[in-house]
Order: sequence, then structure tokens, then C-alpha cells
Amino acid sequence: MRIEEKLYTLRWKHDKQTHIKITRADVCLERCDGEWHRPCTTFCPANVYAWDGEKIAVSYENCVECTTCVLGCPYRNIDWKPPRGGFGIEWQNG
Amino acid sequence: MGSSEEFDAIVVGAGPGGVSAALTMARAGLSVVLFERAERPGQKNVMGGVMYGRMLADVVPETWRDAPVERVIADERVWLTTPDTAVTLGHKHVPHAGPSDPPNAFTVLRVPFDAWFASQAEAAGALVVPGTTVEDVILEQGRVVGVRTGRQDGDLRASLVVIADGANSFLVQKAGLSRRLEPHEMALVVKEIVALPPATIEDRFNLEPGHGTTIEVYGSVTRGMAGYGFIYTNKESLSVGIGALISHFMKTRITPWDLLEGFKTHPLVAPLLRGGEVREYLAHAIPEGGVRAMPRLYGDGVLVVGDAAMMVNNLHREGSNLAMVAGRMAGETAIQAKRAGDWSARTLATYRELLEASFVLQDLRKYERLPELVEHRPDLLETYPAMLSEAVHEMLTVDGVSKRDKQRKILRRLLARRPWWRMLKDAAEGWRAMR
Repeated sequence: MRIEEKLYTLRWKHDKQTHIKITRADVCLERCDGEWHRPCTTFCPANVYAWDGEKIAVSYENCVECTTCVLGCPYRNIDWKPPRGGFGIEWQNG
Repeated sequence: MGSSEEFDAIVVGAGPGGVSAALTMARAGLSVVLFERAERPGQKNVMGGVMYGRMLADVVPETWRDAPVERVIADERVWLTTPDTAVTLGHKHVPHAGPSDPPNAFTVLRVPFDAWFASQAEAAGALVVPGTTVEDVILEQGRVVGVRTGRQDGDLRASLVVIADGANSFLVQKAGLSRRLEPHEMALVVKEIVALPPATIEDRFNLEPGHGTTIEVYGSVTRGMAGYGFIYTNKESLSVGIGALISHFMKTRITPWDLLEGFKTHPLVAPLLRGGEVREYLAHAIPEGGVRAMPRLYGDGVLVVGDAAMMVNNLHREGSNLAMVAGRMAGETAIQAKRAGDWSARTLATYRELLEASFVLQDLRKYERLPELVEHRPDLLETYPAMLSEAVHEMLTVDGVSKRDKQRKILRRLLARRPWWRMLKDAAEGWRAMR
């Protein structure tokens, strides 16, 4: 089962505004590639982070709010906040 | 200034810890507001799936029988795996169904369970406010005096704030009670709900109707990372998951979904899932740092409970029960503070004393060194299951070689993989971390 199919089992209440920001794009471009190979593109269980050739593209609407990226970015370069009240992932089973 | 507060207590987060605290306080007549960021309590909450009856009954002695339980655990197994073998251990018992004794362990699904549990706090008189994210604590002269929510004019003051916002708590940091956490102090776990008919589950796991099995799976399935997989039976589904330290995900670049797919296709796991339909894919962080990564548990006008306070005993897969005990003790401490009219750290220190005297902090202290060992020596979880499995496999293979020759062969192979002095050293390290 591919990650796209796994995410297809989920429900969210999407907010129009993002709750995730990359603080400094230059850190991803210049430092992370050589030192860490951008681990956010592999550890995020909802595949929120992808490298588009210049910067990390953030699909915040896929976020399942596990907070792994808060600790897992080696430069603490991901500014993640809980979505506004009532928005975000809505688990069906838990 | 006590009289100017709008509530006696604000509790942040409607999980097992927060609800236990809110319920205990409300029942004693304190005015309590319980904030939850989900639209309905439970919708943001995930765990592997095993909960313990005694701690639940201590919080809700009258109504624990109504809890939405999936299956009562009758069979607990541990598997030590290589890619195509496993050494298995287990313990079975017939759960006694006394009307006054809660079952020892049972599985739950947290969305329905937490919704029910929060409704118990509401019935006790707590004001449950869902759909509200608490963004910050309000500090005045180093003292927590309330919270800032995401709502308009969303500040609310209270004599006490109980922080129960779960793993990787932002509020603990904002209240200045903790250093920042490191990626080896938290695990990421992914799991799936795999639907199967109840009769199929009972056949596959050799269970009476309503009874359940837990399987924890160590060894090759975590691909060199520190962690484990699990299979827990629900009424009409299995909770199948696997996790590892975030620091190890960073280093190995294994994706969580690949890890889970690999686990599901292990030759011992796959037959249990056959024909099942994946209903939901979930992910959550689990505290792994233990007592050394704990925040300060109390301060002026503030207490911390549950995952927010790193209260997880990973070796024994306990967490929700520790949160319930801590929540209840936080509530009892608040009742004393209300009576004394003093919400300062001096009075609230009772909370820590209660925890110290209970199994919660005693158990977490017992395994104080374990997180360090697990972070630095994930190889132990791969090497020894493999060595044990090979040894057993050799002894059980009837091929005309004498048993004594087999023993010699096993010993030679073991020593080739790890000299005897290193095995002794590993054993000593393991003992120190778990005694």
C-alpha cells in the first residue's frame, strides 16, 4: 500500500491558512542537503515535505499533527504550530 | 488575588490525564474548564491500544463498566524476529469477569474511548470546551495565572493550569518548565486499523468471544532502529503498528510507511492480517526520554500530567494508565490547594510527593538508564534476537548431527558474531538499565 493510498483513508477539516512554515529557506538549500540530506522528506509519516529543486514544498493539509518534524529537523528550521481549534486531522478510530 | 480568578482550574487537553484531573476536581466542587483542540474530544488522540482497568476504576469507580472497551486481554505474546523466523514467548490467562473488579488490561480505540471519558468529566460538572487550541500560558511574575486560546478575546484566568496537552508539549516549554527535547527522546509510531470479522479474529488468535491478544514484536522488523512493532486485537479490527526513535528515522532515512509495510509483510505477521481492509492510517509521537527528560512537574499555579510530562514506561507499554494516576493526583493536590487557599508551588509540591510515593515515578526511575542504552545500542535489539533464533532453529533441526555437536556449532557461531567478553558487557549494560 502506497503512502498516497494510506492518506486516502484519512479525514481533515482543512484550514485556509498554513500552520507550518520553514523559517529559513537557505538552511534547507545550503546546509541541510550536504549535512543531513533533508530528513524531513523521509521521516514525515504524512509526506508533508518534498524538495522541489529549490526549496521544501510544504503540503500542510496532509499533516497528521504527530510533531515529529519539530524535533526531527536537525536545524529546528520547521515552525510548526497546532492548527487552529477545530481544524486539522480528525481521526476516526485513534 | 484569588477571588479575581474566573475558575479554580483550567485543564488543557482532554486525554486520559487531563480528563482524570478535571473529573477529580469537578467532583469535589471545584470550578473547572477543560479545553480540547479537537471538535470532539478524542478526535486528535492516538495510542497503540492497551489500557489498564485498575487506574481507570480509580478515577471512575461508578461508571468504568460503561467504558467503550474493545477486547479484554487474555493472551500476551512477545516475538523476537529475524527476517524469516521468530522465537515466541507468551502468557495466557482466563480474565475473571467480576462485577466489582475491572479487567487488568483491555484494548480501546481512543476516539470513542476519550469521547466517553470526557463525557464523564462533563457529568461531574467540568465545563468541556472543544474546538479550542490553547496557544500559550499567561505568566505574571513567574507565576502561571491563565491561558491564551486561539479564540477572540480568548484569555482566561484561573488559580491553577493543568498542562495535559500530550507528547511534545508546547505549553510545558512556554511555561518555562522544561529544556527543549531532543530527537532521541521521542519516538514516532505509525499504525493501521485493519478491519476483520470478529469470528475471524477469534479463530486466528484462538480467542473466546470478547477476549483479545497483544503481540509485541522486536528484532529485525525495526531494521536496525530502536523500537518495536505490535499487533493488538480490537472487536472488529486489528491495531497493527510499528515505531522507532525519531533520531533513528533521521539517520536511516527509512520512511515510516515503508517500515510499516515491511512489518505487515513479515512471514509471521502477514497471515494474521490476510483479507483485512485498512480503515485508517495513523501516526503519533511517544515520549521515550524517561525520567531524565521530564519537565518540572509543578510550579506556581501549574501542574503537568501524562505525555506532556514524559510519563511513559515504554518497556511495559504503559502510558495512559500513568496519565490517569497523575491526573487524579493533580486533582487531589488541587483540592488541597483550594482548601488551603494557596496555589503556590509550595502547596502544589504535594503532587510530586504523591507521584514519588506511587508506582508512577518509582517505575520511571527503575528504567532511568534504558533510554540511553536504547539510543546508543539499537544493535542489541537486532543481534540477540537473531542469535537466539539461530540457536533454537539449529537445535530443532533434525539432520543427523548429534546434539553435542550442535551445541558446539552454536557456541562457535555465537562467539564469531560477538566475543564472550562483549556479551558479558552487553548483559551488564542491559541489567544496569533494567534492574
